[in-house]
Amino acid sequence: MMTETAPRPETDTATATATPRRRRTPQALKTAGTLLRFLMRQPPSAFGLVVLALLVGTAILAPVLATHDPYVQNLGETLLPPSGAHFFGTDELGRDVYSRLVHGSRITLTIIFLVTIVVGPIGLAVGTAAGYFGGKVDIVLMRVTDIFLSFPSLILSLAFVAALGPSLNNAIIAIALTAWPPIARLARAETLTFRKADYISAARLQGASPLRIIWRSIVPMCLPSVLIRLTLNMATVILTAAGLGFLGLGAQPPLPEWGAMIATGRRYMIDSWWLVTFPGLAILAVSLAFNLLGDGLRDALDPRQMHKR
Amino acid sequence: MKPVVISDLSVAFGALRVLHDVSFDVAAGECFGLVGESGSGKSTVLRCASMLWSKWTGEVRIGDRSVREMSAADRCRTLQMVFQDPFGSLHPRHSIRTVLSEPLKIQNIPDRDDRMAQALCDVGLPVDFLDRYPHQLSGGQRQRVAIARALIVEPDVLFLDEPTSALDVSVQAEIINLLMRLRGEKGLTYVMVSHDLAVIDHMCDRFAVMQAGRVVEVLNREAIAGNGATQAYARDLIDASLEYERAL
Ligand SMILES: Nc1ncnc2c1ncn2[C@@H]1O[C@H](COP(=O)(O)OP(=O)(O)OP(=O)(O)O)[C@@H](O)[C@H]1O
Ligand SMILES: [Mg+2]
Repeated sequence: MMTETAPRPETDTATATATPRRRRTPQALKTAGTLLRFLMRQPPSAFGLVVLALLVGTAILAPVLATHDPYVQNLGETLLPPSGAHFFGTDELGRDVYSRLVHGSRITLTIIFLVTIVVGPIGLAVGTAAGYFGGKVDIVLMRVTDIFLSFPSLILSLAFVAALGPSLNNAIIAIALTAWPPIARLARAETLTFRKADYISAARLQGASPLRIIWRSIVPMCLPSVLIRLTLNMATVILTAAGLGFLGLGAQPPLPEWGAMIATGRRYMIDSWWLVTFPGLAILAVSLAFNLLGDGLRDALDPRQMHKR
Repeated sequence: MKPVVISDLSVAFGALRVLHDVSFDVAAGECFGLVGESGSGKSTVLRCASMLWSKWTGEVRIGDRSVREMSAADRCRTLQMVFQDPFGSLHPRHSIRTVLSEPLKIQNIPDRDDRMAQALCDVGLPVDFLDRYPHQLSGGQRQRVAIARALIVEPDVLFLDEPTSALDVSVQAEIINLLMRLRGEKGLTYVMVSHDLAVIDHMCDRFAVMQAGRVVEVLNREAIAGNGATQAYARDLIDASLEYERAL
């Protein structure tokens, strides 16, 4: 990630030692800036970034952007087609579909955020520990991972939600439980490629504890590929969440979750196409955006390409 | 200054016995060489003696203590190692500042900024290299950083695993002179692996010839010029090296 040239060599060595801390943040910021610029240069990843920016913007500004209250029913105005008063029409209870979609972005974003902060650390911890320690630790951790991996993720989430009871939170827990094993596998494979590296030996000779070596030396090396994988996984996570919502096992009515909206809309699909089309397009756009962004990140974080920039 | 004594060091990887009762001793402040063909077990001796690999039998003593009895912290401040490949021995995502401050943090050594500046100065690098990353340095500069990292905890013994073989000839000479100067200044004891008898001749007082996991013979530096080795294998090795030098 560190492709920038070093800060100008300072002639005065005293100032160089006196301001050691201040440089770090700008370096990280500059790296992020380079990364963003690289992603914006390719149309697919630029599309991904723009859609995700729209999603975040919509979620933050939901009360401002929404034209109606997403929960207020109006039985006099059921199943109206799209018009100036209701951009995306109304549903079977007379609620404004556009406003529900806008508020639903908050639910999608919550799912993505919670799943990421659970899955990333768990996958990294399990994978790096298995790879670094090897031996029995590796065997035990990887068998557990295999067990989780051997079920299709939607089936496993279904089983979890069925056991815990249907709700949005349980759906998030279920998705997180099924999403970490691929990350752990990836982190382990990465760890194996450099656990014999001399810089790890050097760290051990300095008396660094295994925890410190994993955190300071191994995690930074695994992070790029884990980030890429997490981004690519988000598409699956969104689809699984929508699938659970569709089956009535995720977000419960009247929450405007996109999958649940499609589920209730499908009964009126023949006459009222707008009930399933707009939530469907939203799901499609966001999961496509994550896929494209993941591919872009893969190119951007590829070490061979990094040095060219 | 501390002496190093290795006695009856044996290692097996699975069924394969890699070291057979390796013994030699290194006087305090001496530079001791290890030569031998590829795969003869030179690196393995260093990795065992530094406890990077701990499943061996025999004894390794530094000063009056066995390396097995030392705590990790004691061992860190007693012995350090410089590796062969300067491209693989520095973490690609750590700045030089991180590389040098890590050992100080782990060992709770105060005055970090002063020590880091001093360590860079010792190996002949400017202080503003602290904010560089390894890919912004040349091979020779990286090896200097690796030496600075090893010396910043003030060890008594330095293990050098072919410290110059990945470098250009002119850079090799610089690093060798640097190592010689540091040994004099800091009273270090060196155990150095090398393929190059010229380097051994230049730096070491004595050296051991290894073959297939055994020490064949321990020789003085003077034995190189006139080939004073008594064992056939050691004679061949020195002959080959002398011939190669004459051919150049
Ligand atoms: N982890 C390991 N598992 C199995 N065999 C090993 C392992 N490490 C080293 N060996 C074997 O031990 C022998 C000695 O290896 P070592 O690295 O010590 O050789 P070396 O003398 O340093 O060679 P070179 O000059 O090429 O560096 C080799 O035959 C090698 O195949
Ligand atoms: Mg070797």
